[in-house]
Amino acid sequence: MSDIKTGIGRYITKKDVKRSGLMALWFMFLTFPIMVVKVNTVTDTVEWRWINMFIVGIFSFILTHVWKLMIDRREGRIAAADNTGETTEKLSWRERLDEKPALKRTASLIFLALAALFPIVTGMYQTSIMITALLYVVLALGLNIIVGLGGLLVLGYIVFYGVGAYTYALLNYHFGLNFWLALPLGGLFAMILGILIAIPVLRLRGDYLAIVTLAFGEIFRIVMENWNGLSFGPSGIANIPRPALFGLDFSIQQSTTLTYYVILAFVVITIFVVRRLEDSRLGRSWVAMREDEIAGEAMGIDMWKTKLAAFALSTFWAGVAGVIFAGKTTFINPASFTMWESILVLCMVVLGGMGSIPGVISGALIITLLPEYLRAFSELRMLIFGAVLVLVMVFKPDGMIPAIRQKYEFKGISGNKKKGDK
Amino acid sequence: MAPILDVKKLRMDFGGLRAVNDVDLYINQGEIVALIGPNGAGKTTFFNCITGVTRPTAGDVLICPPSSHKSERINGMKPNVITERGLARTFQNIRLFQNMTVLENVMIGRHPRMKAGVIGAIIRDPRTRTEEKQVIEDSHEILKKLNLEIFVNELAKNLPYGAQRRLEIARAMATEPFLLLLDEPAAGMNPQETRELDETIVRIRDTEGITILLIEHDMSLVMSLSERIYVVDYGKLIATGIPEDIKKNPEVIKAYLGEEIDA
Repeated sequence: MSDIKTGIGRYITKKDVKRSGLMALWFMFLTFPIMVVKVNTVTDTVEWRWINMFIVGIFSFILTHVWKLMIDRREGRIAAADNTGETTEKLSWRERLDEKPALKRTASLIFLALAALFPIVTGMYQTSIMITALLYVVLALGLNIIVGLGGLLVLGYIVFYGVGAYTYALLNYHFGLNFWLALPLGGLFAMILGILIAIPVLRLRGDYLAIVTLAFGEIFRIVMENWNGLSFGPSGIANIPRPALFGLDFSIQQSTTLTYYVILAFVVITIFVVRRLEDSRLGRSWVAMREDEIAGEAMGIDMWKTKLAAFALSTFWAGVAGVIFAGKTTFINPASFTMWESILVLCMVVLGGMGSIPGVISGALIITLLPEYLRAFSELRMLIFGAVLVLVMVFKPDGMIPAIRQKYEFKGISGNKKKGDK
Repeated sequence: MAPILDVKKLRMDFGGLRAVNDVDLYINQGEIVALIGPNGAGKTTFFNCITGVTRPTAGDVLICPPSSHKSERINGMKPNVITERGLARTFQNIRLFQNMTVLENVMIGRHPRMKAGVIGAIIRDPRTRTEEKQVIEDSHEILKKLNLEIFVNELAKNLPYGAQRRLEIARAMATEPFLLLLDEPAAGMNPQETRELDETIVRIRDTEGITILLIEHDMSLVMSLSERIYVVDYGKLIATGIPEDIKKNPEVIKAYLGEEIDA
């Protein structure tokens, strides 16, 4: 047995075959009720589709092998890295990209140009989908400040998105406030509420913070559903004007294109601001808070201020995104701001890579666009979506594009010096 | 001259347990003082009371920074305020910012000596940029002092154990303290590393003028390093004096080795 060193035999042992066989049997048993038995209600007979059972068996037999090979390869790689003890030897493509700022800048500009051309090349439907995706990019980047950098698990983030949307809808309904004025106001109101919520919950951390923020999320939604005098309850607010320029009458198409550019501009601004914050005194204290709160305090960081800043700066973006959302859909009601949305945004941050801007952006794009473009597979799309999430978490536990820390160069020294050289 | 740290009748109760029982302690500028005692004697609790992690039940903690000579009562202050006043500490179980680079760890230590705010961070005005540059330079200098500059861009968690211990000291030094509190700096070190640590601590005191209070179990290190020793057991101060006296003190021997039973 051990002589077999070539081909498949190198990877697959008798034990594996046995295990896969058992797995296949288990899956055949599990899927038996839905894949095999089919009740024909017209003739009142039961169809036994035994062939499906074999298909499930064969597929799971093959897939368990593939799965095991992939896990083995992953673990092999980790073991190899541990053996050498040097994790920096092989630079990732991102670290290599960091060493060439010119290339990085060009790449970003090309991305931006493509994004700017998007509504011209494609139709209104595609543009509309992309607006939603970019709204989530802003949301995810905002939440990334609290969760990714600050390490505070907040589950009610969508509240602040709702506050932005309701700010625009209500101020427009009562006072005829236009979209452009509502943009900063929505952000501001979300920020104020963020600070107000933050003050009582700041003493909590971890799971407790998550539960309390979750509760706040539900409170917001229930209040909006029941306080008819303020929010018009579940029937919501309709006929919210789309964004327009200089009081001109815009067609739906023009307005959609305009909304697209507004949200694109906000994505760029958000990236710019978050990027700069990340690499500042405040950003470092956020990461220190995530890593070790007590040590951070011992290093002179005022955790209270740091947390408040994280909440304030994070909720602002949600408010702005909310205003744009209201302007895009022209109708809002509490159903748009459920807990599920909060979880989805959190998924984007975790899946993409906590604290990593490119990671969070791609996380948001994948989670919003994948189900959209999988519509062709109709009933399978949520299954595929779920499978992708599981695969990413198994094979890339730090997210698709994990965060890397800023490196600093120093003249003349940088590692050439021998160890123990005094 | 007033002692830079003067602790009077410090008491800390956890429910019915008195972890620190009316301990008096003072440190003069430029001294190296050790606080020793068997496991569970209340040494770390004492540190926590001084650095603001826990609020003492009773007693006074007075500091008198050598720069201002103004005495101030610091019990009940938040840890970050105490650090700003000039007391820095390390932890018994290493508490580095694991996923940050070595340099960033030290830069965090510079935090209380920086001014940049949110607006400065976003618009990056000249003042913020100069400050940032200065901090990078300063932090690098501190790393050099502790022979850590080869690890500059390495993540803290990837460092060898001894280097992690040194990084904790570097990080604490970055806050520009006048008093450095080291909680078991030699724990888990081999004899070679301990000798190097001994030299490092003396160097910090001599060249930086930082006074040092340390908790340590390694007796050879304590005896060679410290000028005065305080011994606590069950939260109570049982002896104090120069190393030679402490070595011979029957109370201390009893606390460490147990009492002889007459049979």
